Amino acid sequence: MADSGVTDGSGRNEIERAKSEGKELTKEEKQRLRKEKKQQKKTKERKDDKASQESEKEKKPLTSAAPVSQPPTQTAIQKAPSAVPVPAPVSVPASEAPAPADKPAKSKAELKAERRARQEAERASKQGKKGETGQQAATGKPKAPPNDLQPVVKRLPEHIQVDNPDVLKKLAKKLERQQIPLRSDYGYKVSLFSHLHQYSRKAPLTQQLSIPSTVIHPAIVRLGLQYSQGIVAGSNARSVALLHAFIQVIRDYTTPPNEELSRDLVNKLKPYISFLNQCRPLSASMGNAIKYIKKEISNIPSQCKEEEAKSKLLNCIECYINEKIILAAKAIAKSSIEKISDGDVILVYGCSSLVNHILCEAFEKNRKFRVIVVDSRPRLEGREALRRLVQRGISCTYVLISAVSYILPEVSKVFLGAHALLANGYVMSRVGTSQIALVAKAFNVPVLVCCETYKFCERVQTDSFVSNELDDPDDLIVTRKGKTQLENWQQVPSLGLLNLVYDVTPPDFVDLVITDLGMIPCTSVPVVLRVKNVDQ
Amino acid sequence: MELQAVLMAAGGGSRMTDLTYNTPKPLLPVGNKPLMWYPLNLLERVGFEEVIVITTKEVQKMMSTDPKMKMDVKMKLDVVCIQEDGDMGTADALRHIQQKIKTDILVVSCDLITDVALHEVVDLFRAHNATMAMLMSKAHEFTETVPGQKGKKKTAEQRDFVGVDQSGKRLLFMANEADLEDGLTVRKSIMRKHPRMHIKTGLVDAHLYCLKKAVVDFLTENKSISSIRGELVPYLVRKQFSKTNNHQKMKDDTDDQTQKKNDGSTNNELLISSRDEPLLQLTQDRSCWNDHRGDMSEAYHGGKLRCYVHIMDQGLCYRVNTLAAYIEANRLAPKLFEEPAVHSSAVISERCQMGSDSIIGALCQIADKTSIKRSTVGNSTTIKEKVKVTNSIIMHGVTIEEGCNLQGSVICSNAVIGRGADLKYCLVGYGQRIEPEAERTNEVIVGTDQLMEI
Repeated sequence: MADSGVTDGSGRNEIERAKSEGKELTKEEKQRLRKEKKQQKKTKERKDDKASQESEKEKKPLTSAAPVSQPPTQTAIQKAPSAVPVPAPVSVPASEAPAPADKPAKSKAELKAERRARQEAERASKQGKKGETGQQAATGKPKAPPNDLQPVVKRLPEHIQVDNPDVLKKLAKKLERQQIPLRSDYGYKVSLFSHLHQYSRKAPLTQQLSIPSTVIHPAIVRLGLQYSQGIVAGSNARSVALLHAFIQVIRDYTTPPNEELSRDLVNKLKPYISFLNQCRPLSASMGNAIKYIKKEISNIPSQCKEEEAKSKLLNCIECYINEKIILAAKAIAKSSIEKISDGDVILVYGCSSLVNHILCEAFEKNRKFRVIVVDSRPRLEGREALRRLVQRGISCTYVLISAVSYILPEVSKVFLGAHALLANGYVMSRVGTSQIALVAKAFNVPVLVCCETYKFCERVQTDSFVSNELDDPDDLIVTRKGKTQLENWQQVPSLGLLNLVYDVTPPDFVDLVITDLGMIPCTSVPVVLRVKNVDQ
Repeated sequence: MELQAVLMAAGGGSRMTDLTYNTPKPLLPVGNKPLMWYPLNLLERVGFEEVIVITTKEVQKMMSTDPKMKMDVKMKLDVVCIQEDGDMGTADALRHIQQKIKTDILVVSCDLITDVALHEVVDLFRAHNATMAMLMSKAHEFTETVPGQKGKKKTAEQRDFVGVDQSGKRLLFMANEADLEDGLTVRKSIMRKHPRMHIKTGLVDAHLYCLKKAVVDFLTENKSISSIRGELVPYLVRKQFSKTNNHQKMKDDTDDQTQKKNDGSTNNELLISSRDEPLLQLTQDRSCWNDHRGDMSEAYHGGKLRCYVHIMDQGLCYRVNTLAAYIEANRLAPKLFEEPAVHSSAVISERCQMGSDSIIGALCQIADKTSIKRSTVGNSTTIKEKVKVTNSIIMHGVTIEEGCNLQGSVICSNAVIGRGADLKYCLVGYGQRIEPEAERTNEVIVGTDQLMEI
């Protein structure tokens, strides 16, 4: 500890001298500066933690097991005691991520061995502690069992750990640092879903922001409002709106002095993304779009001038929208039209922009078919789909989802849209889609899912409970003939209103997935993902 | 930057000339604070850091000497002076400061006292990408007796007819009774798009508008519009449903714009399109949201010009432009803020009976055996013994001699009330002297030179 401090000090002096001489810091020096700052922050954090957790018994076996203090091990020690409710192996390997890339002192194998030894020690102490700590029964949360063979386990995202007070505290701290207000949950949550956020539309996040918003770019505030009020809804629309807002942010961006655009712009975008997440949880398509932009920004060479870099980024975004959304829709329409024959009766559910596009194109190409639009409360999106199809001249029938088994004998094909396609072949879509697929399977009606490749997601999910979105429960309240029965639902102690947004359909119910890469079976999704990653 | 705030403080107070004879309207004391302090405080509370104040030279001079303004207002005030006697309407004033306006604006009038959650209005403006968003409130009946009013209060105010859609947010129709000769005409184009419209009459326009920058640019082209409230707002509301607007397809923005400039007859078109219009259109196409249902049109009926209104049904919202409103505001405005009723520098003797809802200003001197109930007493006022003040508003620098009895009256600054006077529901003008043992009821006492002013 002492010697690293000395080297830090000498290194710092060098850099300070360079700065004072007015020389431009070279890339290596900048990297070194950054590393030192990180180390200093970590030592400071460790000191704070140590002071507050002197009494913890767990510290003793861990500190004895740590021979030399290296940054990865430092973070491991400080993370482990603070993560009592969350299993240690989950948090410890996650801390490997922030470790600096180049560590010449120890080789990777040695570090791995150390880590494993420490994990064994922790687990041993944990067994002893388990009886004492009264853990609250985690409600239906599938935790990854401690795996000896794989030290790298993905961390659980915070948005599905809402009933964990530590995670909430961490989130609050992060938002405070980014100067973004925290949105509080609303109403009683059904116990099976108490690990998810539930917000009220009547309490927008803008209540806590200053009116000419200075911390967050106005385009992002507008976007967040449009998300939370449902004005921009639907996976494609949300992604396009997000990219449009990013275009405006990039246009208004100026690099502060002594900073690089490639790093500073990414840091600027982080609070915006947290803000949008608070307004409405991000969709898989938005997540992929954000990943793409961040990668493009980081790949900007440092000697690129600001104007050039900005125009390059704007170009990239335009290309992305063009390729992945507009042209993909055209390609999918082209392949789907082959699947639509004359005399077909097609069933669609809700309002999927892609499916509507396909049907309109097929109608233009003079295919003779009719459509049955299935709709469900509380969103009643089917009405919008109905309007768009009827406006084109397609003959449609409209039913509610409760009548789907009545109408299915007439149907020859089912076209469904998707919010995301998961890596194990499950289709995540609007709640009710899995029901339609199930009933269609029972009637032996082919189910075709249309989905662009940019919505493919590396997540794996087998049920709709783990990760979902809870919408405003007040949407379920309806006034009929002047009477609102559910007006005072909060006063009834045994009543809970649940407004789910998504559900997952297993691949056994889906016969074909039509993507811009062609028509693939549901189980080929991981192949597509692999190919995409290799491309990038 | 998202919004620029503009405070209109050049108005003359034409409906309460007795009060504004010597003190310009923005600086009339309400609850011992100058009237323009209230909208400035509202803007400061929600987070504005700069305000453009349009006012006259006189007001600017008085503003710089007023202690309340100097201490409490922490925002940067960019004061723009205009001629006082010039016939400058609010829209003319906006045209005057057109150079300073770089982004969308929030126009507030200096006589607005409200505790509205401003984000409600601004959220409508942001979320729907509206051209205009305004604030209105349910009107409250004024219960206090107004001095100088003979007989029952006649509704001298012309009614406003405001039409909103089902959700109560979209503004469809706005007309003032004065402009309607034969009756209320509603265009068929509105009825076709919004078959159910709610028309409300009992609303007070708070004169708080969020306007897009394109509107300010439009005003510079069209010099015929001089008032925001009277002309611009009804024009915008009407334009929502005009045919040309709906069929505006901005395929080639620059081409269209240059063409419009050359074509002299159409240079007063309001051009609202952004740089990324195709992207916005794509978003709207792919989104499964519609603001209305029942007909075949897309969201917003494809119109680009949209006007929204937020109607407050709870909370305070007053426009102090008449004497009745002024008295009401004095009664209620102090409740907005948690400030001590009695200023620390006031000298009040122990045998004074003071009600809990009275406000005493700085440097006052209140002698024994006085009773002050439900009243506002301004700064540097002297009240001698055995005076009874009920339900009154006393401005700054007034001297009230012994034994007076004031009820429901308004005493302007620097007036002197002689001993033993008995005033009921009177308005005493600036610097007036009431002779001792006078008994006046329901009178407006002003100087002869004031009477000559028209």
